[in-house]
Amino acid sequence: MSKILDNIPSLPVAELVENVMDWLTDSFSSLFDFVQKSGKSSMESITDLLVMIPPVVFILVIALIAFLATKRKFGLAIFSIVGLFFIYNQGLWEELMNTITLVIFASIIAIIVGVPFGILMAKSQIAEQIIKPILDFMQTMPGFVYLIPAVAFFGIGVVPGVFASVIFALPPTVRFTNLGIRQVPRELVEAADSYGSTGWQKLFKVELPLAKSTIMAGINQTVLLSLSMVVIASMIGAPGLGREVLSALQRAQVGNGFVAGLSLVIFAIIIDRLTQSFNKKKAQ
Amino acid sequence: MEKIKIENVTKIFGKHINNALKLVNEKKDKTEILKETGATIGVYDASFTVNEGEIFVIMGLSGSGKSTLVRLLNHLIEPTSGNIYIDGENISSMNKKQLRNIRREKMSMVFQNFGLFPQRTVLANTEYGLEVRGISKEERRARAEKALENAGLLPYKDQYPSQLSGGMQQRVGLARALANDPDILLMDEAFSALDPLIRKDMQDELLDLQQKVRKTIIFITHDLNEALRIGDRIALMKDGKIIQIGTGEDILTNPANDYVKTFLEDVDRSKVLTVENAMIRPISVNVELDGPKVALKRMREEEVSVLLAIDKKREFIGYITADDALEAAKRGEKNVLSILKTDMPTVPSDMLIQDVLGLISESPTPIAVLKEKKLVGVLIRGVVIQSLASTSEEVGAHE
Repeated sequence: MSKILDNIPSLPVAELVENVMDWLTDSFSSLFDFVQKSGKSSMESITDLLVMIPPVVFILVIALIAFLATKRKFGLAIFSIVGLFFIYNQGLWEELMNTITLVIFASIIAIIVGVPFGILMAKSQIAEQIIKPILDFMQTMPGFVYLIPAVAFFGIGVVPGVFASVIFALPPTVRFTNLGIRQVPRELVEAADSYGSTGWQKLFKVELPLAKSTIMAGINQTVLLSLSMVVIASMIGAPGLGREVLSALQRAQVGNGFVAGLSLVIFAIIIDRLTQSFNKKKAQ
Repeated sequence: MEKIKIENVTKIFGKHINNALKLVNEKKDKTEILKETGATIGVYDASFTVNEGEIFVIMGLSGSGKSTLVRLLNHLIEPTSGNIYIDGENISSMNKKQLRNIRREKMSMVFQNFGLFPQRTVLANTEYGLEVRGISKEERRARAEKALENAGLLPYKDQYPSQLSGGMQQRVGLARALANDPDILLMDEAFSALDPLIRKDMQDELLDLQQKVRKTIIFITHDLNEALRIGDRIALMKDGKIIQIGTGEDILTNPANDYVKTFLEDVDRSKVLTVENAMIRPISVNVELDGPKVALKRMREEEVSVLLAIDKKREFIGYITADDALEAAKRGEKNVLSILKTDMPTVPSDMLIQDVLGLISESPTPIAVLKEKKLVGVLIRGVVIQSLASTSEEVGAHE
């Protein structure tokens, strides 16, 4: 039996993918170049801007936002002050700003791309059948694999990091947008239709507002996933806290690794609670 | 004038729709078609017309296809076959834009669970229909506020639907529909989710409203009492088929089949029967022709002690009793005018029995039933109570 299997020549899947990649890289090199350059410069300027803000002001602003967003409770505000001060104290402030830029860019792009795809999925049975397996594929494929095309297209640095993060973080936004729109009660959709709404009117006046809290839950997931990509993206030269973790790993510095990892966790908690509280606020 | 006309409309859900449609044309029934093709019949070959200004009730149990039928009228569901005409225009052949205009301008819908948008205030909900039509902000606000004011809801305009009670939410639903000023109101089980007392209030309000605005209303319900209370005409549905169409009284007195009859069994009959159904033949004396002796003879023949007095035109003028007639005969009087009594109450023949029950129990005499001043019958306490207790067959036999 095994001979029969061995007689079939190995399928050239790897070559095929490589050829496609080569073709893409060659034919769109100017586009990739443009994206790489403009992306890099805009992200760097944002990071510069963030670094320019005095850390004390930054910490207090975040604490104030946390205080207001959690309906004037002190918990998250105090946590933000202590946590951010800890990161500053450990000399990781600039890395944190780099990470924030990366997360913001990756999340915004994921939302801009993901929400329309989610809407498309909710509206069309065929689109759902096509997009769903692609999302499954994107989520099960190890995050490292995305680094390869990212490097091929954009070289190394922050732009391929964002690219890989977007692909990795996109699915929850698409899925939750789809789910949110499909969960709008039938009677309300009928009400919108029976009053003669056009498709767009129905979408913007009824479906999206009602799906908002579900979509926000998806966006929360996307933000956290893109944060989790930060460490992986640092392997292709994306700056930030991830790079500290990586270098600690390479040099077996347990202490440094712990501090950088803890900083990431602190940032993740702040960002998670903040996006969740925005959602709760809007759901009311 | 006919406002809505539907012709042989069939709606089939599921697979093998064409096969199922063939079977419908061969007049096979719902379960047979389900067995043979796996397709479910929503509405089975329905045809009827609705007149302008009428409250047309479509009644049936759940699964009878009534909600599907009402959604066919505004094409929320597309019919599998058949035609639907609104003001003579066939909406089945309309494109999306024309259909949207019909929905925007001609018909508005009120939903069982109110269908209010939770993220919008009461006012913004009421404005919705006008908003999608592209009416300017000031005008739609003014019209929505007016609709809310008519419903007594203006003070609540900045609240959200979840802050209101069910009855108030449905008033908002109705105000939203009326703000659009449609010709046709589609009400899908509009009051079914409300408490019985509030439901009754809402029915009254709808009837009052209908007095003022005269819309064509299609009202879906599973509650026969509700149907009889508000419907000018009622269509009874079962398994997607319309079994009987008629006024409440038609259906009560001449049920089309056993299904309708069982349906009618728990109805409060006093609410729908008019005095005509309970009155008996009057035994009368013509004051211009008959004297006391004729009157006494007739009383003996008919075994009654009271005669109703009428004139030549059969108009009711009073009554005479046996004792008085005897006295008058002894005195040798030639006519009965001297002994005529006039303190007998009268009711019009189309009055509901429930409305005369009080009068019947208070009045010492029977009650004369008049139709345009002419005497057509008489109500006697025992007979009225008997008619309320009787089955529909027996009431039918009275006529």
